[in-house]
Amino acid sequence: MTDIRIYVEETPGQRREIIGPTDMGLSLMELLKASDYPIQATCGGMALCATCHVEVLAGPSLPEPGDDELDMLETLPVQHEGSRLSCQIRLTPNTDGLVVRIAG
Amino acid sequence: MPNIISTDICIIGAGPVGLFAVFEAGLLKLRCHVVDALPQPGGQLSEIYPKKPIYDIPGFPEILAGDLVTNLMRQIEPFHPSFTLGERVERFAKLEDGSFQLYTTDGTEIQCKAVAIAGGLGSFEPRKPAVENLERFEGGKGVHYMVRDPEHFRGKKIVIAGGGDSALDWTNFLANVASDVTLVHRGTTFRGAADSAEKVKTLAEAGKIKLVLSSNVTHLHGNGKLAEITITGNDGRAETVPLDSFIPLFGLTPKLGPIGEWGLDIEDDAVKVNTLDYSTSLPGVFAIGDINTYPGKLKLILCGFHEAALMCQGAFKYIYPDKKYTLKYTTVNGAPSL
Repeated sequence: MTDIRIYVEETPGQRREIIGPTDMGLSLMELLKASDYPIQATCGGMALCATCHVEVLAGPSLPEPGDDELDMLETLPVQHEGSRLSCQIRLTPNTDGLVVRIAG
Repeated sequence: MPNIISTDICIIGAGPVGLFAVFEAGLLKLRCHVVDALPQPGGQLSEIYPKKPIYDIPGFPEILAGDLVTNLMRQIEPFHPSFTLGERVERFAKLEDGSFQLYTTDGTEIQCKAVAIAGGLGSFEPRKPAVENLERFEGGKGVHYMVRDPEHFRGKKIVIAGGGDSALDWTNFLANVASDVTLVHRGTTFRGAADSAEKVKTLAEAGKIKLVLSSNVTHLHGNGKLAEITITGNDGRAETVPLDSFIPLFGLTPKLGPIGEWGLDIEDDAVKVNTLDYSTSLPGVFAIGDINTYPGKLKLILCGFHEAALMCQGAFKYIYPDKKYTLKYTTVNGAPSL
């Protein structure tokens, strides 16, 4: 079993399940983009543009964000407690059940 | 005197794809002028990740982004391209004879027979915070997204918002220029350069500036001109204070920019093209690299190189509809020259 489930909160309380593979080295940003969510991700996933900002609402604990990601999050006008750049979250069996909201 | 340049193809964007287009155009004896908003050639490769290795350039198992740009500049040198760097193409007009006139932000005029947009991510523009009435005070009415001339703020009462390096640096700098400086930051700590953050704290402790942490600017007020600002703390407490200028500094984000207003077919912030020759909906205007979109589009440098080659064929046919052209190989014709 290599697929995991990610839940995207589209409106408060309403979550859509999307399935992602863990054997393709995908990031959450790539999965969200492939699922037609309005994620720009202009830099392509290098933590350089902050246009793939998501808020992690619940689910398994993730590896801590790196310095590049924290620096980029710092430049955003709005940051939430669970703010992350989705390009820096790898899809692995450990991210199964993650609940996120697209923060824009 | 306005600066007027005349060329065959004006290439907008000096990233790897724009640069390689100069080479392909040169093989067809077409001269090129390259314009870029950034002050150096190379686009994101020079600006964002010059020290990152790239592994998918054919023939280079590994090459640093900055080295790829250096090599491309060497490769196109025989064709003597001209450059306008640090200026953004703002306006664009198609003339009756099918040629074009482009104008940059700094007033440079470029006359050309075809246009190749190789604008990559677009141009980098300031990120705007969600503040009520923000846009009402843009354009010289009190909101500034960057500090072009610090002297503009001499003796003024200003509020800066942001927590990154530029917010810290400008707070420190303008502390000696403006009469009154307030820095508003939504967090409690700064991740910017440690010495700039330290200096801001020292200035605040000495009463030279006002530091408002755990707060956001939420409202702007004024009748035609910015007069007051409301700062709301994360605890919900709000304070409204008078000011002359508000400077939100939240970094840059890529935007399609003026290209989006030239009447070309656009889809999801990208220019739609015909993959036959990467022509846009406007004859004589082509789009190559990350800025374009078509079914099956891959945003890869190597795909952009391919697009540049095909685009030049299309541009040649547009410029010389009656001339016959046969493909020539560089191996047959020796070292390239114009």
